Amino acid sequence: MQQFLNTALTGLTLGMVYAAFALALVLIWRSTRVVNFAQAPMAMMTTFIALVIIDAGYSYWLGFAAALLAGLVLGALLERVVIRPVEGKSEINAVILTLGLFIVLHALAAVVFGNRYRSFPAPFGLRGIEIGDTTIALNGFGIFTIISVLVVMGLLVALFRYTDVGLKMRAAAFNQEVARLLGVRVGHMLTLGWALAALVGSLAGILIAGGSLVHPSYMDSVVVFGFVAAVLGGLDSPLGAVLGGLILGVSLSFVSGYVGSQLVPLAALVILMLVLTLRPGGLFAQAPERRV
Amino acid sequence: MRSRLGSVWGSTLGRHLLLAMAALVVVVLVLESVSDYRNTQLAAMAYLGIAAGGLTVLTGINGQLSLGHGALMAIGAYTAALLLPDRDSSVPLTAVIVASVLVTLAVGTVVGLAAARLHGPYLAGATLALAVAVPGIALYFKETLGGEQGLRVVMPDIPVWALDLAFFVTGQDLTRSRFTAYLGWLTLIVVFFLLANLSSGRVGRRWRAVRDDEVAAELAGIDLGRARVSAFMVSAAAAGAAGAVLAFTVKLAAPSAFTLTLSLTLLAAIVLGGLGSLSGALIGAALLTFLPSVVTDLGTNAGLSDIKAAELAPLVYGLVMVAVILLAPAGIIGSLRGALARRRTKTRSTSPKGTAA
Amino acid sequence: MRRHTRVAGPLAVALATTLALGACGAGGRDSSDDGGGGGGATDPGVTDSSIKIGATFPLTGVAAPGYSEIPTGAQAYFDYVNEQGGVHGREIDYIVKDDGYNPTTTSTVTNELVLKEEVFATVGSLGTPTQASVADYLNDEGVPQLMVSSGSLQWGDNVEERPLTFGWQPDYEIEGKIIGQWVAENMPDAKVGLFLQDDDLGVDAEKGVRQYVDDQIVAVERYTSGNTDVAPQISGLQAKKADLVLAFNTPSYTALSQLVALKTGYQPKWFYANIGSDPALVGSLLERFSEGAVAGDASALDGIMTSEYIPGVDSPDDPWVQLWQQVWDEHGQDGELTNYRIYGMSQAYAFVQALESAGEDLTREGLVEAIEEGGTEWEGPQLAPFRYSAESHMGIAGVRLVEIAGGVGEPITDVLTTDIGDAEITTDESGQGDDAPPENGVPAS
Repeated sequence: MQQFLNTALTGLTLGMVYAAFALALVLIWRSTRVVNFAQAPMAMMTTFIALVIIDAGYSYWLGFAAALLAGLVLGALLERVVIRPVEGKSEINAVILTLGLFIVLHALAAVVFGNRYRSFPAPFGLRGIEIGDTTIALNGFGIFTIISVLVVMGLLVALFRYTDVGLKMRAAAFNQEVARLLGVRVGHMLTLGWALAALVGSLAGILIAGGSLVHPSYMDSVVVFGFVAAVLGGLDSPLGAVLGGLILGVSLSFVSGYVGSQLVPLAALVILMLVLTLRPGGLFAQAPERRV
Repeated sequence: MRSRLGSVWGSTLGRHLLLAMAALVVVVLVLESVSDYRNTQLAAMAYLGIAAGGLTVLTGINGQLSLGHGALMAIGAYTAALLLPDRDSSVPLTAVIVASVLVTLAVGTVVGLAAARLHGPYLAGATLALAVAVPGIALYFKETLGGEQGLRVVMPDIPVWALDLAFFVTGQDLTRSRFTAYLGWLTLIVVFFLLANLSSGRVGRRWRAVRDDEVAAELAGIDLGRARVSAFMVSAAAAGAAGAVLAFTVKLAAPSAFTLTLSLTLLAAIVLGGLGSLSGALIGAALLTFLPSVVTDLGTNAGLSDIKAAELAPLVYGLVMVAVILLAPAGIIGSLRGALARRRTKTRSTSPKGTAA
Repeated sequence: MRRHTRVAGPLAVALATTLALGACGAGGRDSSDDGGGGGGATDPGVTDSSIKIGATFPLTGVAAPGYSEIPTGAQAYFDYVNEQGGVHGREIDYIVKDDGYNPTTTSTVTNELVLKEEVFATVGSLGTPTQASVADYLNDEGVPQLMVSSGSLQWGDNVEERPLTFGWQPDYEIEGKIIGQWVAENMPDAKVGLFLQDDDLGVDAEKGVRQYVDDQIVAVERYTSGNTDVAPQISGLQAKKADLVLAFNTPSYTALSQLVALKTGYQPKWFYANIGSDPALVGSLLERFSEGAVAGDASALDGIMTSEYIPGVDSPDDPWVQLWQQVWDEHGQDGELTNYRIYGMSQAYAFVQALESAGEDLTREGLVEAIEEGGTEWEGPQLAPFRYSAESHMGIAGVRLVEIAGGVGEPITDVLTTDIGDAEITTDESGQGDDAPPENGVPAS
C-alpha cells in the first residue's frame, strides 16, 4: 500500500515538472508555431546562473529570481536574434535551428560552468511528510513544486483569457496579418511569448534541480518526456500540457516500479500512440485541425 | 557512340544507371587511394549517408518529419548482429543486409501506418518517443539482445573471390577496413540508385504532391495515407540497410549507440546538405563524419586541453547548423544550385558543361 | 541537356567533396597493416625518445561529469614522469579521444588512435559497452588494450580469446563476494535488498553477492542508467522491508537514491560499492541536504558503508595521496585533486611500472609478457596486488570495507582478496596496503 502510494506521489511530483516543461513548449508553439528543442538547455543555463549566485553566498530566492529573469531575457533575445528569420517558414528548418541551439548551449555550459556534478539546494525540507507511523513520499519541496506549477498554469490561463496583452498574443499567433490590421504589434507579441515560455522553462529547470545534482545534461531526460507530455495534451492547450504531464509522470512511475525501468520510454510511446490514434491532435485539440 | 550515350542519358533510368557506374568508379578510386583510417571514416560516412538518403525521401520529398530514424537503424543493426554471432556463421553478408532491410521494413510499415494520420509536431513527438523506446527494448530482453553490453557482430572472413577480384583490379591486398568500406559504399550506391529512380518516377511525384498540397493531391486522386505509408516504408528500408552497414563497421549493436543524438544527427545531415536532394544527404553525411575530428584536432593544436577541445566539436557543429539555417536555408546543395542558376542566367551563352563539375 | 546538369551537377560535387575530404591527410598507408604483435623493434608508437599511447573517455555528454577528470589525472602523472626523464629515456605521449560513451564513436576514435596516430597501446580507456566494441579489433590488430577502466569480468577472464586485453580495478564480482561474505558474517539477520544498475555492473555484482547471502535477499531492484527517477525502485525495496541495501550504482545514483530515501522515510543500512561512493560528491550532497532541511539532516549519510582499493582524497595523510597532491599541484590543470584524478594517476603509475619492467627494448609482446610475469609483485597505490598472469588478466585482487563517518572512510576490515568464481576470500598478506611511493615518485624496475 505504501509502495503504491509512494509510487503515485513521486509520479505526481515528476509529472508536475514535465507539465511545467510542456507549458513552456505550448507557449512557444502558440506564439510562433515552433517546437523549441532548445528549451531544456536554456533552462539548464538559467539554473546554472542561479547556482553561481547561491554559491556566492546569496539566498536561494535571489538565485531563483535571477534564474527566472535570466530566462525572460534569454527567451526574448533568442527570439529576436535567431528565431525571427525562420518564423513562418519551413517547420523543419525551425526544428533544426532549435536543435542547433541545443547543441551550442550544451557545449557552452560545459565550457563555462564545467562538465561536472554540482549539487543544487532546495528551499524546503527534503524529508517526506510523516502521517502517523508512515512517511509518504511528499516533501516540502514537492509541495512547492506542485503549487508553483499550478499557479503558473493559472496565471497563464488568466493572461490569455482576461488580459489585453493575452488577447493580443493570441491574435498574433492566430493570424499575423489580421492582427497587424487590428493594430497589434505582432513582433513584440512573439518576443513576449518566447520570453514568457523561457521563464516557465527556467522554473521547470530549478524545480528539477532542487536537492539534486546538476550538470550540463541534467535536463536531457525531460526533453523527451516534456515534449511527449505537450503533444499528449495537444500543443495548443496549457491545461492539456499540465494534464499530459501528470498522466505521463504517474503512469511512467508505475511502469518503472512494477514492470521494469527499461520499458519506461516504450510505455511513453505506447501511451502517446494510444492517445494520438484516438485524437491525432492530442487530448485538448482545438476542434478543426488547423492546416499549417 | 555519342548519340547512343545520349539516348541512354535521355531516359531517367539510364541516366541513373550511368551515374551509379560512375560513382562506382569514383568509389573504387577513392577507397583504394586512401589509408585504412580514412576507409573506416568513409564506411561511417556510408551508413550515415544511406540513412540520410532514406530520411530525405521521407522528410524532404514527402514532408513527414521523423526524429526516430536512429531507432530504425537500431533494428537493422540488431538484425545483422543476430545473424552474425560468430565467425562460423554461414549467412552471406548480402543476405544479412537484405534481412536487415526486410525486418526494418516490417517495423517501418507498422510505424508508418500509425504515423500516417499525424502531422507536424505530433508526428515529431511520436517518432521522438520511438527513438528513445527502441533502445529500452534491447535492455529489457537481455537474454536475446544482450542488454546494455549489446551484441557482438563477428564479421566472417573476406571471401576468397573478393580478395582475388580486389587484387586483380587494384594490385593491392584488400584489408578488412577497406572491405567494410566497400560493403558500405556498394550498399549506398544500390540504395541511392533505387531511391533516385523511385523519387523521380510516378511514386515520387505522388509523394511530392502530398507534401506540397494535400487537398490538391487528394483531388488528383492520390490516396494520402498510402502515399505517406509508402514513403515511410521506403525510408525505413534504407535505415535498415544503414543499420546493417553500421553493425559491420562498429562490430557491435548496443543500445548506447542508438541514442536520440543519432536520430537528430541524421536530420541535421539532410537539412545541412539541402532538403530533398540525395546528393545533399551525402554532403551532410560527409560534413557530420569529418567535421568533429577536424575541429577537435584544430582545438588540440591550438593548445586547448583535451576536454575543452572535445567540447569545441559540438560547439562548432551546433553553430554550423544555426548558421546554415539562417544564412543558407536551402542547405548547401540548395544554395549551390541557386547560385549556379543565377550564374547560368547571367552567362547564358557559355556552355553549361563548365559548371557541372 | 539542361536537365541533366541539374541532376548530375550536385552529385558530381558530392563525390568530388568526398574525394577531397577522403584524400586530405591520407598518410600512413604503408605502415597501417603491420599489427600482429611480434614486430620486434618496429612496433608502432615507439622511438628511442618517445612512446605514444592513447585512451578514449567520455569528455562530452551525459557520462562526462566525473569520468572526464580521469585522463587529466593520468596526464598530470605522465607529465611528472616525463619531467624526470621519462621511462628508459622515453617520454610518454598520451593522446585522449572523446567517445561520449557511445560505442559507435569509440570504434571510430579507436580506429583513429590505431591507424592514424599509430599508438603503441591503449591505456585506461573507459567503459564496458564502449571498450567491448573495440576489444576484438584491438586484439586482431595486435594493439594492447591495457588497464581498461571498468570492473567488467571480460577484460581478464578469457586470456586465450583476448590475449592483449588487461583489466585494472577490482572486478564487480569479487567486490560483490567480499561485501556478501562480510554481510553473511556480521549481519546474518539482515534482510538484504539489492539496488543494481541494469548492466554488467549489476549482473556481475549480484553473482558475487549471492554466493554468500542468497537466502538473506528479500528484494532486487534494477534501475536503467539515464532514467533519473529511482523512486519506484526505492519504494520497492522499502515495501519488501529490506533493512540493508547493497547498492551497485554510479555516483549520481548514490545521490538520487539517498534523496528518494529521505523523501520516503526509508532508513535502512546502506552499503554502496566503490564505484558509487565518491566521498567528495557524497560530501557536497550532505552539505546541501542539511541546508534545505527543516530539521538537521546532517547525519543522513553517516554510517554508510563502502569499499576502497586505492587511497583517496579523504585520507590526505596517506603517502600516496601526498604524492598525487604534489603531482597535481605541479602539473595539474584547473580544479582540485579529486578521486577521479587519483584514479587516473594510480592507473598511470601502474602503466609506468609496466614500461619499466618491459625493459629498454620495448615491444608490444615484451610489455604483455612483463605484465604477466611481474604484475603481481608491483608495489603501488593499490591496496591489494594485481592478479596478472599468463592465465588471468584480471586487475586488483581485493578491496577493504570502510564505513563513512564525517565524510571520511574508516576501515572496518583488513584488505580482503579473492578471485572470480568460487575462490576463497582471504586477508591480504602482501603488505600492498602499507607500502609508500619511492622517493622520486616514479616506480623503478
